[in-house]
Amino acid sequence: MKLVGRVIYRGNAEGKALVTSQPLSFYGGVDPATGKIVEKGHELAGESIVGRILVFPNGKGSTVGSYILYRLRSSGLAPAAIINRECETIVAVGAIISSIPCVDKIELGKIAPGVRVSIDGALVQL
Amino acid sequence: MKLSQTESSMLAGKEGRATQKCMEILVALGEIYGADRLIPVSSAQVSGVSYKNLGDAGIEFLDELAVDGRARVKSTLNPAGMDLSSWKEQRINEEFARKQLEVIGAYTRLGLEPACTCTPYLAGNLPAFSEHIAWSESSAVVYANSVLGARTNREGGPSALAASLTGRTPYYGYHLDEGRTPTLRVEVSALLESPEDFSAMGYYVGKVARNGVPYFRGVESAGLEDLKTLSAALASSGGVAMFHMEGITPEANMAPKQSMDSLSFDSGDLRNARETLSDSGQPDFIAVGCPHCSLTELATIAQRLKGRTLKRELWVCCSRAVKELADKTGYSRTIEASGARLACDTCMVVAPIESMGFTVVATNSAKACHYLRNNGLRVRFLPLEKCLEEAM
Repeated sequence: MKLVGRVIYRGNAEGKALVTSQPLSFYGGVDPATGKIVEKGHELAGESIVGRILVFPNGKGSTVGSYILYRLRSSGLAPAAIINRECETIVAVGAIISSIPCVDKIELGKIAPGVRVSIDGALVQL
Repeated sequence: MKLSQTESSMLAGKEGRATQKCMEILVALGEIYGADRLIPVSSAQVSGVSYKNLGDAGIEFLDELAVDGRARVKSTLNPAGMDLSSWKEQRINEEFARKQLEVIGAYTRLGLEPACTCTPYLAGNLPAFSEHIAWSESSAVVYANSVLGARTNREGGPSALAASLTGRTPYYGYHLDEGRTPTLRVEVSALLESPEDFSAMGYYVGKVARNGVPYFRGVESAGLEDLKTLSAALASSGGVAMFHMEGITPEANMAPKQSMDSLSFDSGDLRNARETLSDSGQPDFIAVGCPHCSLTELATIAQRLKGRTLKRELWVCCSRAVKELADKTGYSRTIEASGARLACDTCMVVAPIESMGFTVVATNSAKACHYLRNNGLRVRFLPLEKCLEEAM
């Protein structure tokens, strides 16, 4: 299946989808030392985002979250790419400064958890 | 989004790597929020200064920008994680201090002023009415939009830095007249007698207003200190970037009064607001100055502490600019003679208080209560007078 979104940061990536319908906060919600989701009560709590195609509706929380993405990238713990329904400042800036491919305006319900996804610019292939 | 020739060449990397990265950020945000172009800004205020939040990767990012990036407009920094000169007395560990000074070094090389305050408008970064700016300290954003009538969105640290290094910001949101239209009428019948009352009201209203623009009616008078703490509270419980106050703020008269949701704020609501901000427990740390104290506040504090010896740790947070005035007027000497600490360049929220062994903090700021709780501490919300008594 092919989906076309809007490019936030252009790039190529491939990996297994890690999908949630809940917004995600990188500051406080993702451990920069392990790349695991640590937000209490989040449906992905305990999951690792390392090398995954991270699929979530939008970011939330402190704008410091952008720097958390950069920290994850520097230590090799970043997601391979990010897919959002509606990207906002924290995730957009984080993806750009960390050079993580990022696409939004995608219907997230079409991406099954664990499926292999490849991204090329605005094009998302399942 | 339409870019000028200069902007296009900045985006293409003709003015260096840092400028290019910053333009990528601004153009992406412009696309996301539906801006049709970039506009020049005259001032930037940049958060993301405490090493506690930035970490080593943050330093790396700033160092990378500092290779060829340079501030193009008046730019000031938010508070850091420690007092940049008397951090040893503050019991900050050496490793943290070394890293924090590296952060400041990188920003200074980028040409940003290490004012290290959340009240840049009290430290020489004071935009005029209708000026377009890019600020990221949320309390200062509300103060600038509402009280000064300058125009800024709620920027994040990196997007404000991108505006500083390019002199531009995307044209949307609070830069446009329609973004500044009130959305929630607040009928105030509670008697507001102190800045703490304004702070509690802000916290209460921010929760309801969320990302909207509250329009306050019924407030008879409000001074700088009232508006400063109201701004901070509105921005911490909600995503408020601007408010109007009838008869007090400059754009209240111009605001169209179309039908909007309405909320009342009476003396019972004020009492509730104060109570929900407090936990139980005997405070072992007292902190005032969130947002950073004005000289007027330091005068009041000095008067109360004159000749007293404190039993508990008290931090009075202010900008270095204001402290230098307090040094000359003698307030600093009086405050410090009591055993209190004048903490410059930092505050109780961004300094690593939670790792210094304190458990219950008394403060007169709703914003501080909100963030200290997030940092795992218990809080007591008290008027300034009572905060000082707790320390004695």
